[in-house]
Order: sequence, then C-alpha cells, then structure tokens
Amino acid sequence: MAQANQTEQHTLVALVEDKPGVLTKVASMFRRRGFNIASLAVGNSEQPGLSRMTFVVNGDEYTVGQVVKQLDKLIEVIEVADITSERIVTRELALLKVKTTPMNRGEIIQIVNLFRANIIDVGSDSMVIEITGEEDKINALHNLLAAFGIIEMLRTGLVAMVRGQANGMANGHDGQVNGHS
Amino acid sequence: MELTGAEIVCESLLKEGVDVVFGLPGGAVLPLYGALSSYPAIRHILVRHEQAAAMAADGYSRATGKVGVCVATSGPGATNLVTGIAAAQMDSVAMVAITGQVPRPAIGSDAFQETDVTGVTLPITKHNMLVMDVKDVAQSIHDAFHIARTGRPGPVLVDIPRDVLLGEKTEFIWPTETKLPGYKVPGEAPEAQVAAAAELINQAQKPLIMSGHGVLISHAYGLMTELAEKAQIPVITTLLGISAIPTDHELNIGMSGMHGMAYTNLAIDEADLIIGLGMRFDDRVTGRISAFAPNAKFIHVDIDASEVDKNIKATVGMVGDLKAVLGQLLPKIESNVHIDWLRRIDQLKAEHPSHIIRESDELLPQYVVQRLTEVTQGRGIVVTGVGMHQMWAAQHCKFTEPNTFITSGGLGTMGFEVPAALGAQVGRPDTTVWSVCGDGGFQMTMCDIATAVECQADVKFAILNNNSLGLVHQLQELFFDEDYMASQYTANPDFVKIAEAYGIRGIRVTKKEEVVDAVQQAMETAGPVIVDFIVKEDEGLFPFIPNGQSVKEMLEEPAPEEIV
Repeated sequence: MAQANQTEQHTLVALVEDKPGVLTKVASMFRRRGFNIASLAVGNSEQPGLSRMTFVVNGDEYTVGQVVKQLDKLIEVIEVADITSERIVTRELALLKVKTTPMNRGEIIQIVNLFRANIIDVGSDSMVIEITGEEDKINALHNLLAAFGIIEMLRTGLVAMVRGQANGMANGHDGQVNGHS
Repeated sequence: MELTGAEIVCESLLKEGVDVVFGLPGGAVLPLYGALSSYPAIRHILVRHEQAAAMAADGYSRATGKVGVCVATSGPGATNLVTGIAAAQMDSVAMVAITGQVPRPAIGSDAFQETDVTGVTLPITKHNMLVMDVKDVAQSIHDAFHIARTGRPGPVLVDIPRDVLLGEKTEFIWPTETKLPGYKVPGEAPEAQVAAAAELINQAQKPLIMSGHGVLISHAYGLMTELAEKAQIPVITTLLGISAIPTDHELNIGMSGMHGMAYTNLAIDEADLIIGLGMRFDDRVTGRISAFAPNAKFIHVDIDASEVDKNIKATVGMVGDLKAVLGQLLPKIESNVHIDWLRRIDQLKAEHPSHIIRESDELLPQYVVQRLTEVTQGRGIVVTGVGMHQMWAAQHCKFTEPNTFITSGGLGTMGFEVPAALGAQVGRPDTTVWSVCGDGGFQMTMCDIATAVECQADVKFAILNNNSLGLVHQLQELFFDEDYMASQYTANPDFVKIAEAYGIRGIRVTKKEEVVDAVQQAMETAGPVIVDFIVKEDEGLFPFIPNGQSVKEMLEEPAPEEIV
C-alpha cells in the first residue's frame, strides 16, 4: 500500500488519559511505524484526568489513516480524529528573540504592531516578541524579522479546535471515565 | 481483611480463573512467590529460563483459549521474557506477564537488577503498566486480563515493585468494572458493509476464503466452514489459521504464501474475490503486494481496525468480531456450487502436486512428518519451531480439530517448539503434543526438557535433524552463491543421550522403515520422549516464492532427476 499519493498536512486531535508514560507511548508509536510528527502540543482538557493532544502530521491519506488507527489502538487514547477537513480554528504561539539596535528598534516595533504581536521583553540589543496566530501569520512575521537577525525562536506547535457545538470527535465522547467490562 | 500486594495478585489471578502460571523467581518478585505458596489452586511451573515461561504461556493460551500467565523477576528475568512476549504480540496471543520490579525508592537509580521493563516492552505488548500503589494492584490485574483476552488478543505486562508486593496492606476489593475509557472492543460490523460484502460473494465466480488466526481466536471456524459450504468457496488457511477447518475437508485447499502449496498460490492468482477473515495479508502471505491476487476484489474482516486497508486496500473492509460478522453475513449468502472454479482448482492441483512427497530411499524430513501424522490420525496437538521443519509440518500434517497447530508465525521464533509444546500440554493434559523440532531451535531451549520431565508432560519431541540451520542453508544455496557461512553444525550433541541424561526415552531413526515404529513407541511411552530423526541433510523446501516475488517466480520442487 506504499503508493505515492499526495502528501498533505493533516491536523489530528486526540483525547488521552493523563497518565505517566502516555506521551512516550504516543511518541514511540510514531517512531516505530515511521510516521513523522510536524508538531505536537499537549495540555489539560476541560475534563479532569484527560489531556488533549494536537498533532500536525505530513503524509498521504493512507499514512494519515494509519496514524489515526494506530493512535486509536493505544489503550490510553480515548478518541482521535482527523479534523483537517472540518471547520476549525488553529492557533500557535511563538516567542522570537530579535537583535536590535537603537536605529532599527522603531521599525521592529512597527512590524510587531502590524501583526498585533506583543513585545514582552526589551534589552539594550535585543527584544522578545510574542505572537499568537495561525501558522502562516507566524511564518510571515518570522520572515520579516529574519532581516534583523533572530537570536532564538520557540514555537509551541499548533493547537486546533472545531468550530460550533461539535467537539471534533466522531462519537462526541463525553469523557466520562467509566469502565465497560 | 487487609492483604499484601502479593496476596492481592494471587487473589486476582484466582478471580480471573488462572490455574497455572509459568515462571522463575528472583529477588524483586520473591514476595509474590511467598504468597503463591499459600494458593495451591494456582499451579506454578518452574522453568529453567524465563524465555520458556513466556513461550509456555503462549502455547498454553493457544491450546486452551485462556490467558497464559508468566512470571519473572526484575532485570534479566524480565528481559528474558522479551522474545516470548514479542512472539505473542505478533501472533495475537492472550498473555499476562507479571514482573517484579526493584522497590519504588530505587526506581531510576540503576539499582541491582533494575531494568525499565515497561520501556523495553512498550512496542511489543498490547499494553503494559507499572503499578506504583498497592491499592491499584487488583484493578491493574483485572484490566490486564481484560485487555489481553478481548478484541485482538495480545500480551499485557504488569510490572510491580517489590515494596508494592510486600509493604503496606490494603483491603482486597475485586473491581466490578475495568477502568479503560479508551479501550473499545468491536462487535458487529455496519449492516451496509455486510450487505456489500454479501453482494460481492454472491456475484463472485472464483471466490476464495483466506482463513487466519482470527477465525480460531473468535471461535468462528464453524461459521466460516458454513459459509464455505453454503456457497462452495474453497478455503485457504494462513500458517496461523491451520486447523480451523479439517485438513481432509473437500473445500480446504491448504496453506498459501511463501512456502504454500503451488496450486493454492496459483488459485489466488486467478481468483476474482478474496475473502480475508481474521488475517492481515502479511508479506509471507502476499509476496510482492502489487502482484498479489491481481484479478481479485477483497473483502477483509478483522477486529483490529488498523489491519484493514494496511497492506491491501479492501473493496469492503469490516472491523468487527468474526463470529458476529459471519453471523450477520451468512443469512445474506446464496447457495452456490462454483463447479467450474472447483474443477479448475482440481486441475491446478493435478498439474502442480506439491502436496505429494516424492519416492526416495533416503529419510526425507517431509516423509517423517507425513508418517507421523498418519500414526496420530491428525489427533492431538502439533507444535513447531521455525524453519524448514515448520513448513513441512504446515504442509503435510493433518488436523481434525481447531487450535491443534501451534507455531510461531509472525515473529518466527526459533526455540519456540520446546516450551510452547510444554505449555500446550499443560493446558490440555488429556492430549498428546507432538513437538516437531529443528535441531537448531531445539538446542535453543532444550534446557526446558527438564521442566517437561518435572511435569511429566506428554510431549513427544520429533527432531528433524539435518545438522544445520536448514532454511538459512537453502537461502545461501539459492541467493548467496552456496556460501554456507555459519549454517552447518559440526558438533551437535547426541540427542538420544540428552534424553537419557534427563531420564527419558530417546529413540534414533535413520531409516524410512523405522519411522512408524518409533512414533508408535513414543506414543506408548508415558511422559516426554525425544525422537531424533536423522534426515537427508540438504533436502530443499518447496514450493518457494522468494522474498518480495510473486507466484510467477515460484520455485517448485525440481523433478527427481534434477536433484543431485
């Protein structure tokens, strides 16, 4: 089934148990099956004991389908969905440390304002800028600031959410931690 | 009453219906052994090497349909289980491995006999867990058994630190439910898919069923055979699917794949519909995937969603329990006869009779297998290791009952034949188990002959002794310019004397006419027996579709005059 179909960026969300070792299991599955994670963001969900993961995965439909199935097979993964084709909002946060001089500081501030980004630290020869937005917006700011010299950059990876009432999960999982033996 | 963690493990094993565990003690797990001695209902079988504990639990599970349990200590004890656990994972075998771990305060300190065994076994278990609180022991064991035996079965490892086994006591409360919110067990398939599958079957002119291990696991062999008979569809069994349908059933056309019957592979090449049941179209079955069943549509039923559309894109793929899905499917299947198709397969069989063993004065290994199965009349259980002897057993042994052929398929684990046969016999004490062994694999695990002797297990070891790693030898002959690097043994032990050393009967067979008598004598002798069959050393294994090739490149047995 290794046909060379079109490689696309897919956004997956998963609801997982918040237990030691879960991140290792997820990461190990990606490694062992030869899947690439472009980005991964993990954090608490609205339900105690459960975390939400957002993955960005590059691959064709077959590969991404396998990623979803293999993720779902992990015992601690409660539900997983490919929400790429849904109506979703995506956000990423980045911190950029830029070289500054007294000469160009004003220009940089102008760019930052244009992007509605924030300056959160100013030093004599550097500045830390915080930006939140979709991936493209962050890329655009990065490209503009690159001319001034970027000392350091940190991106959190994408988080994604389906718009409206739906929670992105096929079964509309309510997250109740009940057994079924 | 408050119990220690070790006592709770024992109570939990009783609740799960465990009556036998295979293991070997050591420091970290010793508290469990301290408790086990007070639970005579749980029989402990002391192996000589932990590898045998895992493989015996595997054989036990496959022979009984119950969960096989093995126990080992931390560090080397646990890592010695690894090959057996990996084999169980590849072959979907229900197993629970319980390992001792160093005490909680020592974890992470590189303490004596400390290994991160949940880390080590992460990719080779269905699930694993490290139990850090005595209050979680009962729930963990309950969940472990549930995961191991349901859905697509597999091994689950439960790692328990010494001070959880023997520290704070707690009330034993057997959980009424599992605590596995993310674990789903498929049942029936959507009706629309079933209807689509039925339509494909009803329209097919040249259908084939490929019956895999899942048919045995879900006890769907009756329904599978009913489907085959109703629509007159020939049945192919995968290596692990063997024994789902009697060998002599008129619709059983044997095993396909790399060393499958030539006519079976040729039938796949002509088929217009492949119905894959509880199997995963692995590379040993398909060969080069682009050339596999080029004229066929595919119906694929598996309980593991990740297997559907993994290797083969199914025309109709269904995720569900086979017994349930076949129950849905059968009423929608029209009776059929497929006369032309069955005749065509008979013709292929006549033109490519790879099931027939050639006449020879020498002691051919496949001849041994054939006579053995004649004497047993296909009754009892056959266990094999991995290599030529395994394939000859798969090709020529006869089976009459389900779950009577036990072999390491996916992982291809040499040495499996000794402990797995022991485990199978312990699970089915009324049954004689024939372990068809290679001389290579036998020597990997023969230390556990001692365990078989201690159990007085009715296991007969038939070594097809060609003084070499035969399959490797053949690959070197065909693909490495006859460079037989490291595939010939020059100092194999005297296996009859090995038998004598263990205080059991050993029989050596060097001539054709001695085979039946030796098999009968072994059957008449109580307990383990070793029969050393000195077979023709350079006998080739055929048919053979070389790795990554298709049925077009299949090598069939050369005509007698071509064999030097």
